[in-house]
Amino acid sequence: MSTTDRRPPAPPQPPATPPPGHDEDGDLALHPAAVRRRSLALLGSLLRPVAGRVWATALVVVGAQLALVAGPALVALGIDRGLPALRDGDAGPLLAVAATYAVAALVAGVLTAATVRLAARVSQGVLLDLRRRVFRHTQRLSLEFHERYTSGRVISRQTSDVEALRELLDGGVTTLAASGLAMVFTAVSLVVLDWRSGLVLLVAVVPGVLVTRWFQVRSQAQYRRSRTAVARVIVRFVETMTGIRAVQAFRRERQVAEVYDDLTEEYRAANAEAIRVNGVFDTGLVLIGNVTVAAVLLVGGLRVLDGGLAVGVLVAAVLYARRFFAPLAQIGMFYNSFQSATAALEKLSALLAEEPTVPDPERPVRLARTTGDVRFDGVEFGYGAGPSVLPRLDLHVPAGQTVALVGETGAGKSTVAKLLARFYDPREGAVRLDGVDLRDLDPADLRRSVVMVTQEAYLFSGSVGANIALGRPDATPAEIEAAARAVGVHDLIAALPEGYGTGVDTRGVRLSAGQRQLVSFARAFLADPAVLVLDEATSSLDIPGEQLVQDGLRTLLTGRTAVVIAHRLSTVMHADRVLVVDGGRVVEDGSPAELVAAGGRFAALHAQWQESLLRT
Amino acid sequence: MPPSASAPAGPSVSTTRALARLIRWARPAVPRVVAGGTATLAASLLALAVPQVLREVVNGPLLTDGSRTAVVQSALLVLLLGVLEAFLVWCRRALIATPGTGVERHMRTDLFRHLLDLPVAFHDRWSGGQLLQRSMGDLHTVRRWMVFGLVQLVVSATTVLVGAGLLIATTPLLGLVYLAGAVPVVWLGFSFRQDYKVVARRARDQAGDLATSVEESVHGIRVLKAFGRGEDALEDFVRQADGLRETEIDKARAQSRMSFALAWIPETTLAVALGLGVWLAASDRVSVGALVAFFATAAVMNRPVESLGQLLAMTLDARAGTDRFFEVMDTAPAVRDPERPVALPPAPAGGSRVELDGVRFAHGGEEVLSGVDLVLEPGRTTALVGLTGSGKTTLLQLVPRLYDVTGGAVRLDGVDVRDLTRRDLRSAVSVAFEDPILFSASVRDNVLMGVPEEQLARMDEAEADALVHEALDVARAGFVHRLPQGLDTVIGEEGLSLSGGQRQRVALARAIAGRPRVLVLDDPLSALDVATEAEVTEGLRRMLTGTTTLVVAHRTSTVALADRVAVLEDGRVTGVGRHADLLATHPHYRFVLTAEADDRAEAAR
Repeated sequence: MSTTDRRPPAPPQPPATPPPGHDEDGDLALHPAAVRRRSLALLGSLLRPVAGRVWATALVVVGAQLALVAGPALVALGIDRGLPALRDGDAGPLLAVAATYAVAALVAGVLTAATVRLAARVSQGVLLDLRRRVFRHTQRLSLEFHERYTSGRVISRQTSDVEALRELLDGGVTTLAASGLAMVFTAVSLVVLDWRSGLVLLVAVVPGVLVTRWFQVRSQAQYRRSRTAVARVIVRFVETMTGIRAVQAFRRERQVAEVYDDLTEEYRAANAEAIRVNGVFDTGLVLIGNVTVAAVLLVGGLRVLDGGLAVGVLVAAVLYARRFFAPLAQIGMFYNSFQSATAALEKLSALLAEEPTVPDPERPVRLARTTGDVRFDGVEFGYGAGPSVLPRLDLHVPAGQTVALVGETGAGKSTVAKLLARFYDPREGAVRLDGVDLRDLDPADLRRSVVMVTQEAYLFSGSVGANIALGRPDATPAEIEAAARAVGVHDLIAALPEGYGTGVDTRGVRLSAGQRQLVSFARAFLADPAVLVLDEATSSLDIPGEQLVQDGLRTLLTGRTAVVIAHRLSTVMHADRVLVVDGGRVVEDGSPAELVAAGGRFAALHAQWQESLLRT
Repeated sequence: MPPSASAPAGPSVSTTRALARLIRWARPAVPRVVAGGTATLAASLLALAVPQVLREVVNGPLLTDGSRTAVVQSALLVLLLGVLEAFLVWCRRALIATPGTGVERHMRTDLFRHLLDLPVAFHDRWSGGQLLQRSMGDLHTVRRWMVFGLVQLVVSATTVLVGAGLLIATTPLLGLVYLAGAVPVVWLGFSFRQDYKVVARRARDQAGDLATSVEESVHGIRVLKAFGRGEDALEDFVRQADGLRETEIDKARAQSRMSFALAWIPETTLAVALGLGVWLAASDRVSVGALVAFFATAAVMNRPVESLGQLLAMTLDARAGTDRFFEVMDTAPAVRDPERPVALPPAPAGGSRVELDGVRFAHGGEEVLSGVDLVLEPGRTTALVGLTGSGKTTLLQLVPRLYDVTGGAVRLDGVDVRDLTRRDLRSAVSVAFEDPILFSASVRDNVLMGVPEEQLARMDEAEADALVHEALDVARAGFVHRLPQGLDTVIGEEGLSLSGGQRQRVALARAIAGRPRVLVLDDPLSALDVATEAEVTEGLRRMLTGTTTLVVAHRTSTVALADRVAVLEDGRVTGVGRHADLLATHPHYRFVLTAEADDRAEAAR
């Protein structure tokens, strides 16, 4: 979390083993132009489904603008035509004009209101679509990705980056339609009025393009920096709040706050710089506009003196030129939020471009009834590009057998479990269930057939009952209760203030670690899989708790395949078969009794355990 | 769910007053905001002046003089004004927008510091996503309002007021017609405020809950994958996100009503004014010139009036964000440093003595500990044994004051822990949690976190290294030397993932590295295999001489660490003694360790 002040400058935490070709946000090492193209493609794909609505919004905006513009014209009409007519005793024209004005006012009001609603529909529709895509994709990505990318960064994508897009969408369509249209109209009017003055306007395009180009490059750099900075702030925030106990217990508040100060300062600086760049852009646009107006006046004025231009036309030309540049500030604002959104979309599209390393099969094989026959055929595996953890594993677990894996930390026990649950895919060889390679097995069938319970019993916010129901969402309350009874956690849940409906506090802290493990056991019970993988799933249980689970397990494991990793021999001794793993290889294989009798490593462990029991 | 979902804290407080509290952070920026606001006002006035100047120029030199210099001069004047306007636009940016980022950051770091100060019990109740959203999204909204919305609101309102004054001054009757339109607008604005305030707040809360869902879906990814529940999680998430979408559309609906009123009503009054004005002009009660001036002024007011709706909405959004910010900031830390802290006396020669005296602890109205009396003898190791959920972990966390007792007292060397600063106390008491939390830092730095800074300052690098090595050695965490960069390998979320057993050992090394006076260990060896556990136990016994230790134990192998055992049952300590004695005399103790007694019987056979 923080490097202590007087420690030698430990390298400021880059990810330990950055996979080659990834930057810290997991972006592929692509050419910046390609990154931008990908981000625009994402924007395009988000807008395509709402294209109809976008056009409708634009039309409504134009209508509303026209209705508002009609006002002055009607005033002129009222004075020019209505007044003389009224003096002649005819109130008709005036009433007609006033009535038209009233209608125009109503139309303007209705269309303005419609604009607000339509724009919100477009914007919110796009955001929902994006949120859904990102969520689905992160759920599909493999554990390897999650361990590299960190939760904070995913949260940052889903909150801050989505917000950046929202700022563009909320005002974007309206601004573009209204301002763009106004500029086009004015430009056309000016050219029709006096094309030479129009030419002066054209000259202004050159510095305009230059300053826009400058802004594009600079703001893009700043917004990219800002996106990275905000992700760092969020990552740190999430990590600190998740580990607040340790922060306080080890008095890290000051250091943590200092690190956070630096990160927020970097974010602030990036923002301030982006704002500054935008300010220069804004000012530049205003300046170009005003200089052009002066130029139109100068050129036109000189032409008036030469008799080449009527004064009235000059006045009109100058006013048009001025009006032409008025909406430019808004377009500049739009472009600014566009730049900010593109930077966010770059990050989002990079996340969406991540390929799951454990992909769903293209032609999934269904498995209607799983018996639970597990095979590892010449499996070789290592994490990422790292060294081999399992050099070559051949293993057959017949359906219904309970196998315990024993060995030191790092021997590869958990790796075997993770491969079986298909958290990872082997580099070579295959893991098969009932003869089907897990890579070809229908994901739904795989998850129904193989369930893994790990040491960390994560509880989601919601009721205890809902947390158990995670094992089988369509379970009835009676079934949930039965599962809880089976693992012996029912009495405890029943004693909670609202029983199964009791809310689990944030990160489930109100339940003890042991209770959480019991709940996650109930989950597995409810899921009722053909193959159950328990990775240190009983470590936090006390002895009565463990015994309850053991009893439950005995019922559950009948007729099921189980792979159990436990360091407690009390659990291991109940297995049908024990595998002693070392360096990713099986070094001993047999029933607990056989292995004890054989006098190998397991026998030594067993002896040690016996001794620890007898010692008081 | 945390109080987030509950009603906003101060519904009775006016928006102005709620936002005024921001002044505490905004004060340094106030002069610049005022200057920037003035620049903005000047820029818009200037923008209005340019056409006037143009007219003067055209009507004057161009039509009368006809000299080249005059034309050049007037073009230069227009250029000058234009440059001035650009300069003022730039001033506004430089003066307001940039300091605004400083205000936002200051609020953000203050919120973070406050969160660090709030006790664990607070964090138990509040989800991370809600806190994150408050610190990022809400403050972002507040900043944008402060640098843009507020200034614009003032400028627009000023323009409208000045314009209305002008209208009344020039043509009182028409002015009154226009002003009559203000009555329904103000009335609608009032009801808009009520409607919008509620949905704006709901939208912010839902955004926070959405962030929480994202956080949980990532933190719980292993469970979701193991049970193949990704699709269900997605459905829940989409339902929530759709709820947020609905709220946002409700917001737009409320805002559209206001926009409708602000576009329709003033224009309608103008339609009436047109009819009336022309009628008055026909009877020469109003001059045509005045009529033209009236409509020209009204046209200038058009845009500011229209923008009022959006600005009001922005203000109410900022208010919701501000309320959410203050909900956290106003929470006084329940566990705080005493006003006049007592200095911790130096450790007695034989070790520190910890005394729990009639300790009670209630959580959510439910009493977990109801009068615990327990003395941890100096330099001795006491094991705490009890059933899952009996409150062992809670009791343990009372010692370093991660929670405060709700009754009775915990004393360290005779001093109530509540009379010490948390810093002093936690320097003396070190913890190893059952659920080991490591940070994104190197292994070395993670271990050294256990060493009080003052102590670390007195050490050179070699000594510190020796300390790290020894602690890791005792915790049997030799595996760290085989990591890619050895002790410099970054672990934690942003680094290498370690297995549960590995993390537990690094966390244990961290707890013992500082040679604390008091050590509290929460089942620290649960994820270790028998052989390693025996080795660690051996090392700990050696290292813990002189350290008063309380260890939560689930089995005899951990009890073996201890000199004495205390049994926690129904919120009280019902027995203290040696393992063998308790086994013989204490039925509950025997029950808690029954399974092993059975195994032992088996083993003895």
